[in-house]
Amino acid sequence: MLQFMLLFSRQGKLRLQKWYVAHPDKQKKKITRELITTILARKPKMCSFLEWKDLKIVYKRYASLYFCCAIDQDDNELLTLEIIHRYVELLDKYFGSVCELDIIFNFEKAYFILDELLLGGEIQETSKKNVLKAIAAQDLLQEEETPQGFFEDHGLG
Amino acid sequence: MLGYDISWAAFNIIEVMSSTKFTFKRTGYLAASQSFHNETEVLMLTTNMIRKDLNSQNIYDAGAAMTGLSCFVTPDLARDLANDVMTLLSSTKPYLRKKAVLLMYKIFLCFPDALRPAFARLKDKLEDLDPGVQSAAVNVICELARKNPKNYLSLAPVFFKLMTSSTNNWMLIKIIKLFGALTPLEPRLGKKLIEPLTNLIHSTSAMSLLYECINTVIAVLISISSGMPNHSASIQLCVQKLRILIEDSDQNLKYLGLLAMSKILKTHPKSVQAHKDLVLQCLDDKDESIRLRALDLLYGMVSKKNLMEIVKKLMLHMDKAEGTNYRDELLSKIIDICSQNNYQYITNFEWYVSILVEITRIEGTKHGALIASQMLDVAIRVPAIRSFAVSQMAVLLDNAHMLVGNTQRNSIYEVLYAAAWICGEFAEMLSDPRGTLEAMLKPKVTVLPPHIQGVYVQNIVKLYSRVVAQLEAEDNKEEAEALGELLVEKLPMFVQNANLEVQDRACGALQLIKQLIKLQSKGEVIGEELQALFSGELNPVAPKAQKKVPVPEGLDLDQWINEPPSESSSEEEVRGDIFVKSDHRMIQQNDVHKMPELTEEELEKRRKARKQEQANNPHYLKATTPSGKSGLISSDKYLQVTGNTSKSRKTKKTRKRSKKGKSVESESDEDSIRSVHVVTITEGEMPEGAKSSDDDEDERNSNDPHKALNIDLEELPLNNEDNVQSHPVSPLSTNAPGKVNLKDEKKKKRRGEKEHKEKTREKKDKSREKHKKKKQKEEDTDLVSSQLIEEKSKEEPVTNGLSPESADKNEQTEKQKNAENTKGQLDDIEFWLSPNDSSQRPNSELGAKVSSSPVPPSDLNLDSVKVKQEKEEKMSSKPEKTKKKKKEKERKSKKEKKKVREHHDSLLQEDSPKDKAEYEEAPGIATPSKEPGSSLAQTPMTPSMPPASKYRLLAEDKNMKLIYETRVLPNSSNQIVVSIIFTNQCGYHVKELEFNILDTLNTRLARGTDGNNQNSVKVPFQLPPGTTNEGQFAFDVDKVVMPQMLRGTFTYMIVTDGGSTHEKLDFKLHLPVSAYFIGSMYKRDTFTELLSSGDLSAKNTLILERVDYEFSHMLSKICFHCHFTVVEQVALSASLYSRSIQGDHVCLLAKQVNSKLTIDGKSTNSQLLSSILDEVKILLNPTENVSPCE
Repeated sequence: MLQFMLLFSRQGKLRLQKWYVAHPDKQKKKITRELITTILARKPKMCSFLEWKDLKIVYKRYASLYFCCAIDQDDNELLTLEIIHRYVELLDKYFGSVCELDIIFNFEKAYFILDELLLGGEIQETSKKNVLKAIAAQDLLQEEETPQGFFEDHGLG
Repeated sequence: MLGYDISWAAFNIIEVMSSTKFTFKRTGYLAASQSFHNETEVLMLTTNMIRKDLNSQNIYDAGAAMTGLSCFVTPDLARDLANDVMTLLSSTKPYLRKKAVLLMYKIFLCFPDALRPAFARLKDKLEDLDPGVQSAAVNVICELARKNPKNYLSLAPVFFKLMTSSTNNWMLIKIIKLFGALTPLEPRLGKKLIEPLTNLIHSTSAMSLLYECINTVIAVLISISSGMPNHSASIQLCVQKLRILIEDSDQNLKYLGLLAMSKILKTHPKSVQAHKDLVLQCLDDKDESIRLRALDLLYGMVSKKNLMEIVKKLMLHMDKAEGTNYRDELLSKIIDICSQNNYQYITNFEWYVSILVEITRIEGTKHGALIASQMLDVAIRVPAIRSFAVSQMAVLLDNAHMLVGNTQRNSIYEVLYAAAWICGEFAEMLSDPRGTLEAMLKPKVTVLPPHIQGVYVQNIVKLYSRVVAQLEAEDNKEEAEALGELLVEKLPMFVQNANLEVQDRACGALQLIKQLIKLQSKGEVIGEELQALFSGELNPVAPKAQKKVPVPEGLDLDQWINEPPSESSSEEEVRGDIFVKSDHRMIQQNDVHKMPELTEEELEKRRKARKQEQANNPHYLKATTPSGKSGLISSDKYLQVTGNTSKSRKTKKTRKRSKKGKSVESESDEDSIRSVHVVTITEGEMPEGAKSSDDDEDERNSNDPHKALNIDLEELPLNNEDNVQSHPVSPLSTNAPGKVNLKDEKKKKRRGEKEHKEKTREKKDKSREKHKKKKQKEEDTDLVSSQLIEEKSKEEPVTNGLSPESADKNEQTEKQKNAENTKGQLDDIEFWLSPNDSSQRPNSELGAKVSSSPVPPSDLNLDSVKVKQEKEEKMSSKPEKTKKKKKEKERKSKKEKKKVREHHDSLLQEDSPKDKAEYEEAPGIATPSKEPGSSLAQTPMTPSMPPASKYRLLAEDKNMKLIYETRVLPNSSNQIVVSIIFTNQCGYHVKELEFNILDTLNTRLARGTDGNNQNSVKVPFQLPPGTTNEGQFAFDVDKVVMPQMLRGTFTYMIVTDGGSTHEKLDFKLHLPVSAYFIGSMYKRDTFTELLSSGDLSAKNTLILERVDYEFSHMLSKICFHCHFTVVEQVALSASLYSRSIQGDHVCLLAKQVNSKLTIDGKSTNSQLLSSILDEVKILLNPTENVSPCE
């Protein structure tokens, strides 16, 4: 089971975090800080796995973003890489050649996509098509609810 | 959220969540899932709101609620909402079902009671029509089963069916992992699994699946201790595949390969040892974690024969290694490897000592103490080596100043501790004791840490005593006195030490020597008496020595301390009266009168006893004269290269503090020690009273949620009703009891069937017995019972052999059951696991898989009694099997040729059109991290083409599609090969394919010997509908410095129902310059040589103003498409190399500054260079304007 997933930039800025096991905020911050420094210190030619406490960390760098997952001891590392890759593919499809800025400005979308892909730390839907379909349907629902020019009227557009 | 604490907004978030608008609800749940945790108090308020959302008409409302709930579920919420989520399990929408299934797992963790009632439904979901739901259910059950495998053994048949029928890799991995958890409990399951798993290993292209399969096969092989026929074959297969992984250029695969290898190593060291070369190679890897893994592996790979060689290599690495961490790791590994198993693999200890001395040259290590302890250990335990060791240590002491160098971050001086002690203790072996003594008195010694100085002082005295005795024996009294004077002069430097210990020792020594000088001046001979001070030997203590300490009289370790023993009154009688009264006092008293005993004549007694014991102890390392009994000098054994593991080499001495140290006693005791070594391996170093065997759960942390989930699900039908009703009744659950009742009735029915089944079985008397055993097995699956099963499994063939007589009856009942309920039988894991059908089913199922219309596996799974049917199926599947074998052979042979790769793909697709259809759902997982180039080369059988293929479209019409790739021929300077894949896209047979190219002056199609140079070339195959094949065409080229564009035609004949028609297709074949390039790796030095030689006269520069790719991406693009090799990469600059088939070198230097990319090129041929730069330009920036400048 995935314990948590972190996205952070090359500068060490956390871009997205999803915790599937409850931790107090303080500990979350501590774990994040520790992991970011360890991973950023690794050289590009090194392999993407490391053992960290009683967890295994699987990370991968896409452009300037690091995707990092923590899994149990007996989980499959390659499968986790697959999941990360799948998520990136989904983001890419949804945003259209995704970049870090997309995730910064539309973080909630990134979360929604992740929630359709994973639930409770387990892979929920392996089909890209289905995930995107579900997201599109929900976005549509949202659009229908929001009257035209709603945000513009409130100076948010 | 966003790094800010928003716990104050918890209530507001709930307000947003409760909005009726989806937009708000969605955002609210997102905020909640990010910021709530299970201690957020306001969560109590949300129960009803979440329930409302779960039951909402809008599936996305429910979806959002479930997603949120999975993140912040608490025991309270889980308890209250379990029923609602369970209702959603049977929703009509797959979208909700799959979410509900996964959410159930979270609920189980918080509220274990929910597991029992929900399990049946969860099990049904394994056969859900929607693949997403199915895989979600597999995920959940796998996760549950991995924590408490015992309770899920009964599901094995279902999973087995899924495994053999599914093509969804995501799910397969989970299932295989689950089996990995189950097999330790049921060895027969392992036997059953081996075959399908090996098949998967053979066939899969997905690295993650392959890795999982190998892992499980390893687990299976470990669990099957008894021999299996093709046992070694599957191990070999695993090792082979792992080798491929390790050889891969992808670091991740390399790492995992080594990791899995080390698992095999534990049980099958031999098969891993064959790959020593590979592991040694990995030591050169750039990645430190890979090197460390390789080191771990090496540890298990040494043998007597290769130890020296391996250590030598490691030493070499140590010299080269950068980074102290890694060097330290290497150092400690060398010592680990050598000292493992009581120096089992060392045949020559002189070699080892010299290695240890050599190691001391390493700077900045933190393992000084380790080396020192090794030196001491070897010197003490291997008497034969002592003289050699002493001479080496003397050298070390002489050169102490080299070691002391910089004491700050260096701990190597620790070896001086060992050196000093060894020289002092075995002073009689020193060739020049006086010289060593003087070396130890050098003033520099005072910079050493105090504990070493302490040892120095002590051993200086020892050495002194030795030298004096020697001198006196030679009657050289002046010298002896002079030596004393020297000591008196030098020792005060120790007396001034700040450390008490050193001071104390130095003062003592100084006074002693002053006294001695006085005696000497009176003309007395002191040497002998002085030596008596240090006589006697210090010996190693056996690890078990503590256990062997006899219990003092009157101390009963089994006695309760706090409460009186309940059962054993006889024991009490044995004990003294005092101890019955108060146990606390007993211990105190015992302690009190034990202490003085130790210091008084008791000690003397013991020493005597010990000496006597030593004399009689064959396992005791004798320094000089072996006693008559022992006969064996252990050192000889060290040097012997005997094959046996020689337990007796565990030359340990028990320091037995026995009052009754009779020789006979100790003799027998020693024997028992020997046997203890053997036995304790399995027992481990468990503290007394610790439970062994399968009580893993007990070891778990008490707050591990999985512990609570250890529920015996077999009892499910009985308690179903109670459990559901124990839930607080939710508004929706009004209809739940009805459902449950229905279900219960079903269950009863099923049970009735079961009983019926059992009755029929009663006729086969043995199966009755079997059933009993099954029950027994379910109660406890430890070793004993598994033995029972083994026995029983031997019986079972007999049972089945009998069955033909009762086959009719059985078949009837079987059919009945099939009609009514198939699951009841699937549950019967015992039946399923019987070895009889295990040998049949995998085969037949395989056959079914290959055949175009697969037989529903469920039929096969069900009954081993339908012998007839099965036989028929077997018969029918046989030809297919052989066909498959043939294909496999074909594949192998072609693989060697390494050419017709794509051809296989199409073959595979042809075999199972399913693959293509389900692609979206069940993708062939190819490791994403792989470089596109390597993935092509390493996985020749990839069913789904890697996305970045070199193949380009050549021509296409409605019937045919042609894609091509260029390849260079090794050793050929004027030929290249164009490989073209012909795909038949129409529904008809295509034949008489012909291929022609309009030759140019420079490039000509090779048409064979007889060729008129206008003739077209016949493609040597025909294409049935929907198939693909590959043809290769050689081209002769004169010059390779320009890109070529060739015109060509392709003609073919379509055989339709109404006759055949000729079709023609024109195309242009583009041969870029890079088609002539060989991107072979040049060593770095030759590269620099080339650059400095001045041969590369042509220069050219390419500047790209804006490049959208990331630098590394761009590099791999150039390497992949233009056949270059990266020689070196530093940050955002890299040098690349390639050469053409005609031997022209091209070197590129790429630099990226911001988004501006500069590529400087040097080559032996200017035209070639400009052509290739143009190509790179187009590759990287197809549209932008570029400014090439000379």
